[in-house]
Amino acid sequence: MISKSTRNLIGLTLGLLATGGVLAAGADLGNTTKQATNWVAIAMFAIFVLITLGITKWAAARTKSAADFYTAGGGITGFQNGLAIAGDYMSAASFLGISGLVFANGFDGLIFSIGWLVGWPVITFLMAERLRNLGKFTFADVAAYRFSQTPMRSFAATGSLVVVAFYMIAQMVGAGQLIKVLFGMEYIYAVVIVGVLMMCYVLFGGMTATTWVQIIKAIMLLTGATFMALAVLWQFGFNPNALFAKAVEVHPKHLAIMSPGALIKDPVSAISVGMALMFGTAGLPHILMRFFTVPSAKEARKSVGWATTWIGYFYILTFIIGFGAIVMLTQNPEAYYVPKMVDGVQAVGADGKLVWDGLKGGGNMAAIHLANAVGGNVFLGFISAVAFATILAVVAGLTLSGASAVSHDLYATVFKHGNADSASELRVSKITTVCLGIVAVFLGIAFEKENVAYMVMLAFAIACSANFPVLFMSVLWKDCTTKGAVAGGIVGLLASVVLTILSASVWEAVLKNPKGSALFPYSSPALFSMTAAFLVIYLVSKMDNSKQAQLERSLYPAQKVRSETGVGSSSASGH
Amino acid sequence: MNDDIVARIEANPKYHELVRKRSAYSITMSILMIIVYYGYILLIAFNKEWLGTPIAPGVVTTIGIPLGVGVIIFTIVITNIYVRKANTEFDDMSAEVIREASKK
Repeated sequence: MISKSTRNLIGLTLGLLATGGVLAAGADLGNTTKQATNWVAIAMFAIFVLITLGITKWAAARTKSAADFYTAGGGITGFQNGLAIAGDYMSAASFLGISGLVFANGFDGLIFSIGWLVGWPVITFLMAERLRNLGKFTFADVAAYRFSQTPMRSFAATGSLVVVAFYMIAQMVGAGQLIKVLFGMEYIYAVVIVGVLMMCYVLFGGMTATTWVQIIKAIMLLTGATFMALAVLWQFGFNPNALFAKAVEVHPKHLAIMSPGALIKDPVSAISVGMALMFGTAGLPHILMRFFTVPSAKEARKSVGWATTWIGYFYILTFIIGFGAIVMLTQNPEAYYVPKMVDGVQAVGADGKLVWDGLKGGGNMAAIHLANAVGGNVFLGFISAVAFATILAVVAGLTLSGASAVSHDLYATVFKHGNADSASELRVSKITTVCLGIVAVFLGIAFEKENVAYMVMLAFAIACSANFPVLFMSVLWKDCTTKGAVAGGIVGLLASVVLTILSASVWEAVLKNPKGSALFPYSSPALFSMTAAFLVIYLVSKMDNSKQAQLERSLYPAQKVRSETGVGSSSASGH
Repeated sequence: MNDDIVARIEANPKYHELVRKRSAYSITMSILMIIVYYGYILLIAFNKEWLGTPIAPGVVTTIGIPLGVGVIIFTIVITNIYVRKANTEFDDMSAEVIREASKK
């Protein structure tokens, strides 16, 4: 019943996963077709915008100092911050992408969700409280704590901005593709709407507004997804096996959806992708920044505890939603599938049944169509608005972390040598926010027709190969020095970028070289680039016996006392 | 004044005990997580057939599904166990170390 182009789509999805492995995190939604204008969805989104702008106005009155702008004055509770972190992480594509992947392949979607989740405990066990105790506004505060400020901050700001840029392009392109299918509007509108609204949130409301936008969105997404999963399970008497049995019966792949497919092609790629996901999460600047919005290490730990709980719960829901879509969408193909046309009439298969092409709007629309199937047009509008709001909120968080890297690390520390006053630092971050907003809109337009599938995976690869090793070694290894950290970080950054370019996802899919010509055969560079970064940090630090290096080593015990106990850590209360 | 506190904390054996205990605990938990995750991934890489076996005769649910959902639940549980222990036991130890360093 499902025809060749669906299989092509499944093939493409798998191809992207095998090579880039990104569908789930980034908003790579492929090229979509514009649908009829959906006024209910637009109205729902307008309500979301009104509420969030109201919050921004309220937040603006509280955003006076640089500390308010970067960290909401440190006044966010662990529970609130946990929801905000979950919001940052549950992107539109992890909702649409994972449920779409489950819809197409069943089991393989589960492997992906697990990969995206397992970085959280590692952050909790090794990083959360140390970050909170040593940092103030950015992760560079932590990495550069006892080191020479100019080289460390320059490196950390570069690492942040590069990660933010790749993540941002994927989000902007995703927003444009989504608006075509969800709202039936032009690509360019989406890019401009996201750019302008995000600038408003960040510019006027700083971290307070960005956090609350994220919290509201997370609650909407979790509520919507819970309702869909319950609606699906209710139809099967809350018996998952009955749901699976029905799905196996109606899915074109039948029993194959119940076991792992082609997602993991070789053990080296499996481990490498796993490392990128596990340690990359601990190097994403917009996530790390959230640890400074809470008043203490205790609250920082609570944040990750809650974040992990919500994200894990959400991934279990997307699995049920994907299976629900398999069962419910095939019951009513007229509504959700594109008919397979031959000579102006719909083709009829050998079994006498009508033949359908893929889902309307593309393979990532499974969850959106399921929303319609279980809750009608109003719920469809709600879920569409949530999906779009999700991208908006993530982009706002990315922009804020990019702006703080420029104003706090580059301007205040590198150019002004720590002598910038709060007001001028704040001014620079606002100017940067506007610049980043404009750059994001232009990048979104420039990359409209490009294949951006590799970009989120690249962001994770850089985060785990450049930011994470530097952060980890500077906090936990007493012999680490500025030279070692910067050299290792640069090696990790370059290695992850170069190996990604040489891998199939860029070399073949983007640069159009013949299939099989990619020099780097694995799905992710992380195993090699992250190892190289750690090795270089170790070797260069060991060889570094300069006066500066000895001074830096002598500062370690005091740094350790602060990172372990929180003594002397900034109380984060800006008032 | 801050330097004095740092020096007194450094000299307090309780501080070193805290660091030792908490590091051992968090490293153990990290290793557990890594074993569970990579164990699952390597099972997929090397033994897809076993994961695709039904959990009982005549049932479509395969071993891989409860195992996969189990990894997600394990991740949530292990994270929250650590948070609870760190926020009570370790934080109490830490508070005591700081109190002793401040009052002298």
